[in-house]
Amino acid sequence: MDSRIILIIGGGVAGMEAAKQLRLLGHRPVIVEKSDHLGGHVAAWHKLFPDMMSASSLIEKLSESLDGVTVYLKTHVSNMNRLKDGYNVTLSNGEGLQCAAVLIASGFRLFDASKKEEYGYGVYDHVITNADLEYWFNTGEDERVPDNPGTVAFVHCVGSRDLKAGNPQCSKVCCMTATKQAMEMKERFPGADVWCFYMDLRLFGKKYEDFYINAQRDYGVHFVRGRVSEVSEDIDGRVVLKAEDTLAGRQVKLKTDLLVLMSGMLCNEDTSSLASMVHADVDSDGFMRSRDNIYRINESNKAGIFFAGACTGTKTVPETVAEARAAALDIHNYLNGNA
Amino acid sequence: MIYQGKQKIWSEYQKDIPADGWFYVRSCIRQNFFPASEKYFLAICRDLLGHDIFETEHHTTCGGIAYHSDTIPQETAMTIVARQFALMTEAGYKNLVTSCITSFGNYTEILETWREFPELEARIRENLWKATRREFDKPEYVAHASDLVYKYRNEIAERAHFRLVDKHTGKPLRIVEHIGCHYSKMFPHKGIGGAEYPCVLSGMVESWGGEVVDYPERRHCCGFGFRQYLVKANRGYSVSNTHKKFESMEPYHPDAIVTNCPGCPYFLDRWQYVISEQTGKTYGRDGFGIPVLTYEELAGLVLGYDPWDLGLQLHQVAAEPLLDKLGVEYDPDAKYLGVNKENLMKPELPSVLKCF
Repeated sequence: MDSRIILIIGGGVAGMEAAKQLRLLGHRPVIVEKSDHLGGHVAAWHKLFPDMMSASSLIEKLSESLDGVTVYLKTHVSNMNRLKDGYNVTLSNGEGLQCAAVLIASGFRLFDASKKEEYGYGVYDHVITNADLEYWFNTGEDERVPDNPGTVAFVHCVGSRDLKAGNPQCSKVCCMTATKQAMEMKERFPGADVWCFYMDLRLFGKKYEDFYINAQRDYGVHFVRGRVSEVSEDIDGRVVLKAEDTLAGRQVKLKTDLLVLMSGMLCNEDTSSLASMVHADVDSDGFMRSRDNIYRINESNKAGIFFAGACTGTKTVPETVAEARAAALDIHNYLNGNA
Repeated sequence: MIYQGKQKIWSEYQKDIPADGWFYVRSCIRQNFFPASEKYFLAICRDLLGHDIFETEHHTTCGGIAYHSDTIPQETAMTIVARQFALMTEAGYKNLVTSCITSFGNYTEILETWREFPELEARIRENLWKATRREFDKPEYVAHASDLVYKYRNEIAERAHFRLVDKHTGKPLRIVEHIGCHYSKMFPHKGIGGAEYPCVLSGMVESWGGEVVDYPERRHCCGFGFRQYLVKANRGYSVSNTHKKFESMEPYHPDAIVTNCPGCPYFLDRWQYVISEQTGKTYGRDGFGIPVLTYEELAGLVLGYDPWDLGLQLHQVAAEPLLDKLGVEYDPDAKYLGVNKENLMKPELPSVLKCF
């Protein structure tokens, strides 16, 4: 077995950045990605907060540094067996490989907004998700987005912090993503009234608070603290939403031309099957369980199995990049007997 | 509106409804509000379609109305319900079908509570034994009577004398469906179609040729809301809720409203009179209101039963404009004749809302 081969499961931001770092450290990373492209969810995004960096430029930058990295697209891991000093891996394309360590960077999936039936996704004509809006920013293609909306509303925490939906965790990025998307909509439609309905605003990162103040002061985005209780459609096809403004202590009824649901982040469907292949633990929220959540987030409870990015919980892009670099160094140290 | 989106949701909220073997429990208030509805449920489902549905004169209120009005504790309501189950068991039936939406919610809530707290079920069994020396089996299925009519809707359509089509225009009648709150808002999986887009009534309307109106305040309370009306000081709130619904449905020009709850048709019907007296406004065409029917009344009209036998003369809002659209023949002079041609006497007519 070539002790330099590292299997990376997932070709999103975490997998790509880790591959680059492992390559620089002298290893031979192999990326296995189940979709037909690298970049994960970010590849379909438009701009990234708080700097409004183009998502495609980030993916280009990450792609440029993958020279010498073996990449399998439309491929997944069928089986993994522990060897004395590594893992024997079978891929869905029939190929096999032996690797010294495995980095799981399988990411997350977005909550299916149609499960929150009261919001009418898939039922009402002008209800879309955060991912749909990013696609529209990139392509201009989505008939659900009206030509010149007079009002646009965002609902935060759709399927996040929601025990009834089975997802108690905060998705961490939705408050900032909604604020970013609200500002982007104001840039495209300066005359539009843009509303954000939130439970709490969790703006914990560098420049995030500035970003939020900017949205209010310079873009005139309205923020209402209160959950939307139900959504319907009027005779003109406009979306009618009801909410409670918990700061003003009154009910709100708003007619809007477009409603954007901030679908939260969930563990990927294949998390438990990947974990069971290597007997790693899955946490109560369905994500991979790190050895601890303070000092060894990149480590699993099994030798040679490492984590990076949103496979262990909801993460921002900067956190994901930082974790990928840390995981690469952890693997390097592990293989050099310095762990 | 994306109809396929609703169909996707409906596919996740279908429930198992046996065709036969039902023990029927009536409502404690419907016979006063809409006296022919329960009679015609049995006339249609049992006598015409031939399904096995049994009722006994020994059953009582389920206690739900008192429980939801905070006048009896839940254990009392549970013991009353336990007695109904005992009657069902003694009659040799395993499936319970309720006429009343609140009863349906009450039975469902109690069975779910017993599932979570079996020690409470044991105590209620003891209460019933001490009070009546009765024992019971829990029902295998609990359904609302509208569930059964939904299940039989195509059998009814096959025997239909009239379709829900305006005979003058040839277009489907536009029907508002209003679901009682206790049908599926407490337990979405217990209702056909779930809580947000129930299809128990819309399924009937579509099977019989009509078109369902989806309007912004579709989910809003009819205005009964128990203490909204039962506490006299709150009645302004009750009528304001009903007013909100009518203002919301007005642009769609509905031809009729169909409901599956005892309170909803009563309040949607009677408050139209109050709103017209207070504001001078009516919501039907030419000064009429929008007729409000129970699903049994609607099924009865489709099947060609006489509208006065169905009790439509006891509605506040005149049903005649709807009958004319359907092409139903009726004797205007027989409107206020009751059973055996007894003269019920013509009521005083409202000053605004047009009636006959």
